[in-house]
Amino acid sequence: MKKPTAGGAVSTVVSLGTEALGAAVSAARRAGEAIRSGASHAGETEPRWHVMTVCASAEEVAPGGKLPEPLARLGDAIDTRLRPASGERGTELACRLHDKEDAGPPGTAEPVTADATVQELRTALRQAKALVETGEILLPDRPSTNRPTVTGRPLDKLIEKAQGEGRL
Amino acid sequence: MKALTWQGTNDLSVEQTPDPAIRNEQDAIVKVSQTVTCGSDLHLLGGYIPFMRAGDVLGHEFVGEVVETGPRVERHKAGDRVVVCSFISCGRCWYCKQGLFSLCDNGNTNPGITEHLWGSAPGGCYGYSHALGGFAGSHAEYIRVPFADQGAFPVPDALDDTTALFASDSAPTGWMGADLGGVKPGDVVAVWGCGAVGQMAARAALLLGADRVIAIDPFRRPTGRPTRPRRRGPAG
Repeated sequence: MKKPTAGGAVSTVVSLGTEALGAAVSAARRAGEAIRSGASHAGETEPRWHVMTVCASAEEVAPGGKLPEPLARLGDAIDTRLRPASGERGTELACRLHDKEDAGPPGTAEPVTADATVQELRTALRQAKALVETGEILLPDRPSTNRPTVTGRPLDKLIEKAQGEGRL
Repeated sequence: MKALTWQGTNDLSVEQTPDPAIRNEQDAIVKVSQTVTCGSDLHLLGGYIPFMRAGDVLGHEFVGEVVETGPRVERHKAGDRVVVCSFISCGRCWYCKQGLFSLCDNGNTNPGITEHLWGSAPGGCYGYSHALGGFAGSHAEYIRVPFADQGAFPVPDALDDTTALFASDSAPTGWMGADLGGVKPGDVVAVWGCGAVGQMAARAALLLGADRVIAIDPFRRPTGRPTRPRRRGPAG
């Protein structure tokens, strides 16, 4: 029987390390591709409902029917629906962009399901939930301690879109 | 200020970095007195978590003194000694209300990354990559603590910094292991792995009344090689 050697052990460690690194790179690539392609809404032909559960009553979410500021800013561009969340988890806050026909004369407006618009809606939903639940929208650290690097550029792009993307 | 920064895989350096600033009304700035390295920092160091940027400050277990507070911080004031939970949580979302603070809905400023990877986003964590919010870590002279009323805890005068430090992460993590294992008085408990968290789990089991705790870990020779089981009895 072949005896294990220190070299063998090192190779095993290197091999495990390489596999883990490969998995990590693969994970980053998956997240990057999904976010860059807008995979969470790719192929949608008409606006769909985007929903967040807010840990608060409907009256706290929209007192007197007034939506939180991040959503109110979107004005008539969105439909909004509130209903009790299952399991007494609060209120389901659902928003949907108007479809193209409602947005204005054809050819004069951007498609309402364009990535940028959907990202704006997702961001507004997240911010509305945060405002209702915590009273503030958590901001990232600034000034940043980072320095720009060529290899860091793909991650910089992911971070730019990370508020407006996801599974909402 | 000076901070220990990630520069690339297996590449760390102490750099001059900008001082942290209050960004939200519920933030505090803490002057770090002690900070400790966690085993999970090795994942960042080894490049296994590919959401680090050059210059990110590491560290998520720390104790220190509050030096500045935002206008909506009510439980802390400048001069207070605090130990801070490694995860950033709001305390008011559904997950937080269930005690599942690491799943906080409002503590991670980059939720899209992990939602795409895992289907949902965890809360934020200090010094633990941009997938968990990109917040600067505690291996620095100062650190920003969001939702300070929720995540920072006063340290009683009777406790020194070193004793309080491990309440930040490893002690509660070990306690959770024993708690989830349902340890009760009279139990015989086995703990696999005698790193910091394993030792905390063993201690927690004793505090929960275990009669005996067996800690299991390979014994390493000075050469670093694990010992092989030795055959007892007459040679065959």
